Parts: sequence; structure tokens; C-alpha cells
Amino acid sequence: MVNTKVDLCGITLDNPIIPASGTFGFGYEFAELYDINILGTFSFKGTTKEPRFGNPTPRIAECSSGMINAVGLQNPGVEKVISEELPKLKKCFDKKVMANVSGFSVDEYAYTCEKLDKCEQVGWLEVNISCPNVHGGGMSFGTDPEAAYEVTKAVKSVTKKPVILKLSPNVTDIVAIAKACEKGGADGISLINTMLGMRIDLNRKKPIIANKMGGFSGKAIFPVAVRMVYQVSSAVDVPVIGMGGVSCADDVIEMMLAGATAVEVGAQNLVDPFACKTIIEELPKAMEKYRIENLKDIIGAAHNG
Amino acid sequence: MKQSLFQITENVHLTENVMRMRLKGDTNAITASGQFINIKLDGLFLRRPISVCDCEGDTVTIIYKVVGKGTEQMSKMSSGTLDILTGLGNGYDTSLSGEKPLLIGGGVGVPPMYLLAKKLIGEGKDVSVILGFNTKNEVFYEEEFKALGCKVGVTTVDGSHGTKGFVTALMENTDYTYTFCCGPEPMLKAVFNTSKTSGQYSFEERMGCGFGACMGCSCKTVTGYKRICKEGPVLCKEEILW
Ligand SMILES: Cc1cc2nc3c(=O)[nH]c(=O)nc-3n(C[C@H](O)[C@H](O)[C@H](O)COP(=O)(O)OP(=O)(O)OC[C@H]3O[C@@H](n4cnc5c(N)ncnc54)[C@H](O)[C@@H]3O)c2cc1C
Ligand SMILES: Cc1cc2nc3c(=O)[nH]c(=O)nc-3n(C[C@H](O)[C@H](O)[C@H](O)COP(=O)(O)O)c2cc1C
Ligand code: FES
Repeated sequence: MVNTKVDLCGITLDNPIIPASGTFGFGYEFAELYDINILGTFSFKGTTKEPRFGNPTPRIAECSSGMINAVGLQNPGVEKVISEELPKLKKCFDKKVMANVSGFSVDEYAYTCEKLDKCEQVGWLEVNISCPNVHGGGMSFGTDPEAAYEVTKAVKSVTKKPVILKLSPNVTDIVAIAKACEKGGADGISLINTMLGMRIDLNRKKPIIANKMGGFSGKAIFPVAVRMVYQVSSAVDVPVIGMGGVSCADDVIEMMLAGATAVEVGAQNLVDPFACKTIIEELPKAMEKYRIENLKDIIGAAHNG
Repeated sequence: MKQSLFQITENVHLTENVMRMRLKGDTNAITASGQFINIKLDGLFLRRPISVCDCEGDTVTIIYKVVGKGTEQMSKMSSGTLDILTGLGNGYDTSLSGEKPLLIGGGVGVPPMYLLAKKLIGEGKDVSVILGFNTKNEVFYEEEFKALGCKVGVTTVDGSHGTKGFVTALMENTDYTYTFCCGPEPMLKAVFNTSKTSGQYSFEERMGCGFGACMGCSCKTVTGYKRICKEGPVLCKEEILW
């Protein structure tokens, strides 16, 4: 019998598979399809202080082996997430959930995290710093080590739950950002968020997405994600969650060899709603194939020698 | 919603660019007209949303226009299986139709009107249908709607078949209690403004998932934010914000 259990910041996951934020809603669309308690956990839709409609449509464009989205963090706001979404989730999910948080100022991040800190169901806070800082000229928190440090520190001061900083890949030096988060007290790092991209409609001769640019994700970005997970996991001591283009059990193993303690699956859930269930079912077979008994033993194995 | 494999049993041209495909499989999740299915195609990342045109026993009929890579690929398939999500979207609510519903479809907005007409006829309603196309060569399903027992009017923009003009040209002289409409947005808007009754209008949006998970297809309505794929694609006239 193979063992798929891993430890993520002090909480044991039955397996390292975590549907990524923004591709799994608040869980119940998928709970209609399969028992979502088979998941390691999942990261719910990016939540902000105030409710948000997000960007105008079209918000979606197809790419070779991937897609671009510019949803713009549509969510009901932290108040309603706590009063409506979490109670609904409780009916179909017994495990601790990962709360994904976004903000447009350091105070907003802290506000939202402080609220979610009080929720029994929330196991981890995953802080998405790919958002523009309204006080920083619109530059994203995740592209500036100083801002990333500030957000981490502010969030750490309002919660006892493990804080995982989710990094944007749209930077020159991902290691510098990861280290700044670690210095600020991050309990973990997750990466990668989507890569900035654009598609243009040849008939209309205009960008397909109303917002012009959006976040590129899906299978196509897997090699970039593996490289960044490898770089970051060798530079920090906290656990790393790997994601970006993961679509099968082999990808999960590759991410873990690169240094990931757990693995998130994003866009693949949208095109194959059973993607995570299938990966979880195939993982033991893949482990046998690659002669892995204990999944946690391979974390970062590609760094050795 | 259900994910399952369907067998292609027919794929024929109705016009130069519009084809009809029949698919055999598990249709249990399809509960209303106006719903859609989401089709996985080899080599393409996103699924393709297409309305249910008819659903009878274990067979689903769709009618699609060849416009890009996905529909081009579909047009070349004569057999084989497709991975499809079924039972997506809310669909039309026929209980609001009154005795004399008017159904208006434009171009590839015509297909979902077929199953709707069939349901309404089955409920004993007096159904009028207006079908709008650009030109004679693009007209399809006029006879099929007549065969169901509907009163059918056709408009073409260039006047090469039926009444010259847009679908709204025929609305004036039709006696109706309710309006159902599907077609390009300018047409929906024109019908919305011309119609003297309440109604249901079907919308399109680019979709990431088609089942409510990604928030890719949201729109604002009088009753709050809605996902075209989940709380739509059919919206009631009273809740539409243009
Ligand atoms: C709810 C719904 C029902 C539909 N019903 C029908 C129908 O019954 N018959 C029919 O012919 N067409 C229908 N459409 C439109 C159909 O989905 C598109 O024509 C089709 O996706 C085009 O795919 P493609 O690969 O050929 O085009 P490409 O342009 O190569 O597609 C690229 C991407 O854009 C998306 N896209 C392109 N056009 C549209 C569009 N108009 N709406 C939404 N996404 C689009 C594609 O899905 C794909 O993700 C419907 C759309 C929706 C949202
Ligand atoms: C439609 C969509 C919405 C997303 N929304 C969020 C979000 O709200 N918060 C967040 O941190 N990441 C969000 N992401 C990013 C994913 O969680 C993930 O980091 C990224 O897509 C890379 O993984 P993938 O290639 O497996 O999709 C979103 C991605 C997609 C496709
Ligand atoms: S297309 Fe994903 S929510 Fe509608």
C-alpha cells in the first residue's frame, strides 16, 4: 500500500491534491458530481473585503493547451462568504478549507484575513498578492519584495492560522519575492498564479478579452511552474505548494520532485470537472509505477545530487 | 449536470455553413428546452457550448454554424464519440407562456426554439414562430416547425425568402401572449423593445467551464449578478439590463 499523506503547515492532508482558487467556486458545483471529501483540501474563490462584480465580459479566451481569464476577482465579499458560503460548504465538506484572500491595500488584506481567522472551517489562509496595490501606483504587491513583505507581516499579525503567500510569476526574480514573504513570517508559499497574456480576435481586430489582458493558465504553463517551484523551494525553508498546468498524476509527482509539498489544480477542473477525482484515483498507480512508497519522501528529490 | 460519452449518429448540412448533428447517449440530465451542452474536442482546451435543439429518448440533436476551429472540426466528424457535459443552464420555463406564445429565433438562435415549440405544442398551446435569417440560402427548419403544428413566419434581411427585413417586421401582425427569443444580441434587444408582452430571452457569453465554477460568464441583472451558464442562459424580460 502506498502512502499519499502529506503535512501542510501542521495539518495532515490525505493526499496533496488541492483544487486551485477560482476554478472550484465554493465547492458545491463539484459536490454535485462527486464526494469532494476525497480532496486533500481546496482553495476557495478569491475573497475580498467588499463584494466585487469583477471585469466586463468577455472574460475568457482560449489558447493552445490553455486559457486566459480576466474574471477580476468576482466574489460576494468576506461578510457573505462567512455568513452564506461557508455554512453551505459545511454540508458537503468536512475538512479544513483553504481561504484565498485578495486585497487592494495592506489594510484590506489584514481586514479580510482577520475575519476569516475566526472561522473554524478555515485551515489555512492563502494570500494572493497578484493584485494591484492602489496605494502603490497600481503595481502588483507580488512584483515588489517590499510590498510582499508588508502584506505578509500585516496578515501574520491578525491570525494564528498558517499563512501561505501566493506568488505571481510575472516577475524577474521570483526567489526575491519568496524570500521577502518568508522574512515577513509566511508559513508557506504557493505558486504560480496566472501569467499575463493576451489574445486578439482576427475578425474584429481587437483583443478578445474586454480587459484586453488576462491571466494565462492551463497545461501550457506547466514547465514554467515546475521551474519556479524548483527555484523557490531551494531558496526558502517553508513548504511550497506547486501549481500551474497540472492535469494528471504524473504532473503531481513532477511538481513534488521539484519541491512541492502539495499541488493545486486549476484550469483543468473547468474543462474536466472530474480532473481532481481522476488524479486522486490514479496517484497510487503512478506511485507504484515510479516505485514511490511514501509520497512525502519525494518532495524536492530532484534537488539532490 | 452529467459528463458522458455520446455516439455521433448523424452529421449533415442544413445549409452551406450550418450542420445538424445527432448524438446518442445518456440524456437524463437534460430537463428543459433552452439548456445547452458543452462539447470536448481533440486538441482544443475549452469545451464548445451548443444549445439543445431536440432531445428524444437517448438522442440529442444540435444545430451549429461552422465559425472557427471547434465547429470546423465537428463538421468533419461522421462517426465516433464525443465527451459532453449535458444538462447545463436553466432553460425556458413554459408555464409562463399563456395560450399564444410567440417564439422568435435568429440564425443559430433558431435551434433551441425547436424543442421549446415541441414542448409548448405538447401542452396544447397555440404557437407562433418567427425565424430570421440573412438570405434564402441560410434558411433552415421552416418545414420542421410547420410539421410540429406551429404558425411559421420567416424573414430575410435581403427579402430573398419570406418577408423582407428583421424578425420584428412580423411581430406587429401577430397575436401573442408571451415572447421567447434567442439570437444575436442586437436582435434580442430589438425584440425586447418591440414586444408588448413579458418574455424570456436567451444570452450567449464566452465560457470557461459552462457549469458555474469560473465566473467567466457573469452579467448584471435587476435581480443581481448571474452566470449565463448557470442562472442563464435564459433571463426573464423584467430582469434584463442592457
Ligand atoms: C449557451 C450557448 C449556446 C449556444 N448555442 C449554439 C447553437 O445552438 N448553435 C451554434 O451554432 N452556436 C451556438 N453557440 C455559439 C457557439 O458556442 C460558438 O459558435 C462556438 O463555441 C464557436 O467555436 P469555434 O471553435 O468554432 O470558434 P472559435 O472562434 O475558434 O472559438 C474560440 C473560442 O471562443 C468561443 N466562442 C466563439 N464564438 C462564441 C460564441 N458566439 N459564444 C460563446 N463562445 C464563443 C469558443 O467556444 C472557443 O472557446 C452557443 C453559445 C452559447 C454560449
Ligand atoms: C478562471 C480562473 C479564476 C482564478 N481566480 C483566482 C483567484 O480568485 N485567486 C487566486 O489566487 N488565483 C486565481 N486563479 C489562478 C489559479 O488559482 C492558478 O494559480 C492558476 O490558474 C495556475 O494554475 P492552472 O494552470 O492549473 O490553472 C484563477 C484561475 C482561473 C483559470
Ligand atoms: S462559464 Fe464558468 S461560470 Fe459560467
